[in-house]
Amino acid sequence: MQHFLTTESLTLDQLTAILDTAESFINADGSSVKKVPLLRGKTIVNLFFEASTRTRSTFELAAKRLSADILTMNIAASATVKGESLLDTLRNLEAMHVDMFVVRHQDSGAAEFLSQHISPGISVINAGDGRHAHPTQAMLDMFTIRRHKGAFDQLKVTIVGDLLHSRVARSQIHALRTLGAKEIRVVAPRTLMPTQLEGLGVDVYDSVESALSGTDVIITLRLQKERMQGALLPSEREYFQLFGLTSERVALAAKDAIVMHPGPINRGVEISSSVADGEQSVILQQVSYGIAVRMAVMSILAGQ
Amino acid sequence: MEFKLDQLLGDLHTKTAALIEQRAVADPILVGIHTGGHWIAEKLHHQLDISTELGVLDISFYRDDFSQIGLNPQVKPSRLPLDISGKDIILVDDVLHTGRTVRAALNELFDYGRPASVMLVVLIDRGGCELPIRADAVGMRLDLQPHQQVKLSGPEPLGLQVIELDPN
Repeated sequence: MQHFLTTESLTLDQLTAILDTAESFINADGSSVKKVPLLRGKTIVNLFFEASTRTRSTFELAAKRLSADILTMNIAASATVKGESLLDTLRNLEAMHVDMFVVRHQDSGAAEFLSQHISPGISVINAGDGRHAHPTQAMLDMFTIRRHKGAFDQLKVTIVGDLLHSRVARSQIHALRTLGAKEIRVVAPRTLMPTQLEGLGVDVYDSVESALSGTDVIITLRLQKERMQGALLPSEREYFQLFGLTSERVALAAKDAIVMHPGPINRGVEISSSVADGEQSVILQQVSYGIAVRMAVMSILAGQ
Repeated sequence: MEFKLDQLLGDLHTKTAALIEQRAVADPILVGIHTGGHWIAEKLHHQLDISTELGVLDISFYRDDFSQIGLNPQVKPSRLPLDISGKDIILVDDVLHTGRTVRAALNELFDYGRPASVMLVVLIDRGGCELPIRADAVGMRLDLQPHQQVKLSGPEPLGLQVIELDPN
């Protein structure tokens, strides 16, 4: 693997190798290991064209725990920053002898575009591109699921929420399919459900209650207000009433079901506080595991 | 080549006990290098009746050939029983060859603290060391050719054999 751009093209062996490697960066108590010298002397640049807190900071911590030097660049994004100017940015950074780029961009395909134009020997990690993919988030979600549930082959997973704008959901669906999840259910308001999602091998539901019934893993997605153009929803209040994850709805799932959310959460919009802070919530564990999973991806790319 | 492994382990126990006595170490900590060294260390830990918990080091993150061969995805987290600062450490490995594994283990050990002393105990010293490293107690010395490899299998039962690698 030279680059890490999507979960779509990866084999079961590759996904499992990432999860196993991440496991080696975790102590028995779930915390990540102390600093190791694996990437000493390597330079990594976080290239963020779009705002991020969790992803950027966990990539920074992951790089630091691997002893790499990391530089974070927040590049003010405007709709005109495309094509040539993106490449020019890249050329300038390449001239600083960087070994790896972590790229977050508002346009789908930006990370792949950069990977095609980059000098040989430099790796690109996609940290989220438009509506397309967010593969490290999907892998940390898979890691969280595996830590709680063991194997994937008997699992029913339900994804609730703004699937239309969610790059996380797309990457999760591809990873879950390859890892062999038994059932992948998706549910969203019609206006936030992409067409032809069935083609990805998921079951599309209209009712959130039936989608949650007996499920083992509940993944709630954030309502991506910043990406919404036009009247996709009547109101947040109505969305919460019809699709919000409440304790009553969680009770429809399996007793030991876990509740996940890629963050940041909008309390009272897609999830109630009682669920977000409840016993079944693993939302903060997802953040902790994000460090180990990103350490795994970085060390696999660097160790080619 | 046939090995009498029980006798070899017995010899190693005797020599390690003598080493501990000679150095006048009161309360040593045994640390095995994953995986073969860990198995040998478990035997010694039992035979020497050491009260402190056995430590394990997985040196994969400290290897000097990472950029050439990549990472083994089955790395286990290292586990050291307590603060090793000021303690006497007995580092145990199955085979001493180039010395690079021991170098990596020393680096990792010193990231945990500053031990009073570190001794090295190996089951087999097969020759070919590329670094200024030598063992303080050796079960058996072998003079092997570069294309030969001595391999410990285990954990139960332990087995030892010399493998002829294809010179190509």
